[in-house]
Amino acid sequence: MRLTLRVWRQAGPSAPGRLVTYELPDVSEHMSFLEMLDVLNERLTEKGEEPIAFDHDCREGICGTCGFMISGIAHGKMPATTVCQLHMRHFRDGEELVLEPWRSKAFPVLRDLVVDRGAFDRIIQAGGYVAVNTGTAQDANAIPVAKADADVAMDAASCIGCGACVAQCPNGAAQLFTAAKVSQLALLPQGQPERWQRVERMVAQLEREAFGSCTNYGECEAVCPKGVSLDFIAMMNRDWLRNVFRVRRESRATGGAG
Amino acid sequence: MAVSGIVLFGFVVGHMFGNLKLYQGPEAINVYAEHLRTMGEPILPRNALLWVVRAVLLAAVGVHLWSAWTTTRQSWAARGGRYEVWTPVQADYAARTMRWGGVLIALFVAFHIADLTFGTGHPQFAPADVYSNVVRGFQRVPVAAFYMAANVALGFHLYHGLWSLFQSLGWNNPTFNHWRRTFATAFACIVAAGNVSFPISVLMGWVK
Repeated sequence: MRLTLRVWRQAGPSAPGRLVTYELPDVSEHMSFLEMLDVLNERLTEKGEEPIAFDHDCREGICGTCGFMISGIAHGKMPATTVCQLHMRHFRDGEELVLEPWRSKAFPVLRDLVVDRGAFDRIIQAGGYVAVNTGTAQDANAIPVAKADADVAMDAASCIGCGACVAQCPNGAAQLFTAAKVSQLALLPQGQPERWQRVERMVAQLEREAFGSCTNYGECEAVCPKGVSLDFIAMMNRDWLRNVFRVRRESRATGGAG
Repeated sequence: MAVSGIVLFGFVVGHMFGNLKLYQGPEAINVYAEHLRTMGEPILPRNALLWVVRAVLLAAVGVHLWSAWTTTRQSWAARGGRYEVWTPVQADYAARTMRWGGVLIALFVAFHIADLTFGTGHPQFAPADVYSNVVRGFQRVPVAAFYMAANVALGFHLYHGLWSLFQSLGWNNPTFNHWRRTFATAFACIVAAGNVSFPISVLMGWVK
């Protein structure tokens, strides 16, 4: 099939960018979206032009590296699908597609469709550690976890940190990502010792980054390739509020020694 | 945003139900209006409790506007470059009109207080005769139309706000989650329908 792509080309972080039009007369419906771009890049290279830069790694929808806007929707119009798992059979012959990078002040464009998602890493770092016993690994089922809790924690843990939630959000807010990371550990017994400081610090880091403010549009949930639910945002807000009213005990350098 | 919203929601519900006394005739609504001034007597002086309520409402309006302004500025700054194409997937009309709808509602409230509390620009304003103030007021067609438009906007604003507050305050529980949309829809419709019914009833001549 024939496709027209209008792709955001930007040579570097501070270079001006613009949409450049490319015609692809022979796209196979069996290709993935990234394979289609690979073909285009081969041709650009043969012509001596700079290929389109885009992030990708596993190409099986689990690493969170790929992602850009396809005609105004993060990861394209198919629900619960990353760009690498999006196949060309979902597009019409003759269709025109606009490819743009995630647009967020917190995710500066590095080149073409590649953005710097370091802000997400800093939020995760702010969460700190999870206390575990040292020594030999304990039995896998030594700590019982209710099936229902394990299921919901797994739903939160399925966030691959791709940034689609921020890119699609009209506010450019990162609540869904942060909530998924906070809730994943808050729901499990292993996450309890640092539960309150984790939500406090991760939300504080979220506020420090250049993200917007959540107004519950629900766009994030709709484009999330892993279907992470808005319910986690409410869970994070509840934990954050509970922490505000929590009885705080200071740890003392000389304390607890008996 | 959510906490001040809850206070203001409580007010618009009470205001709407109080005004239904319009349908019980001049006596009922004028006595009700007078009672708002004398409530708390004899422990409190006349108008005292009314001013407490007004102070709480003014504070809530202030907090609501301030948080709307700061979060809006934060979000506008966060985009960092315009999308050539952006396609909404799930955000409904109510969610997308919260900000400008809110501005419309704020302007309306200013007009409404000038019109029916101070009597500014009102053709025949009589301080103690609420009934005739409302009826004479709504006989001006453009004013009645503005009231209706603003209250439809209020309905949309309430619909998104009433659902949203559960998220913001973390009131999320699988046992009642499916009721949150129902609650938001019901109260948005009740408040908007009640308020829109007053100018319609006057214009149709059902209340005169």
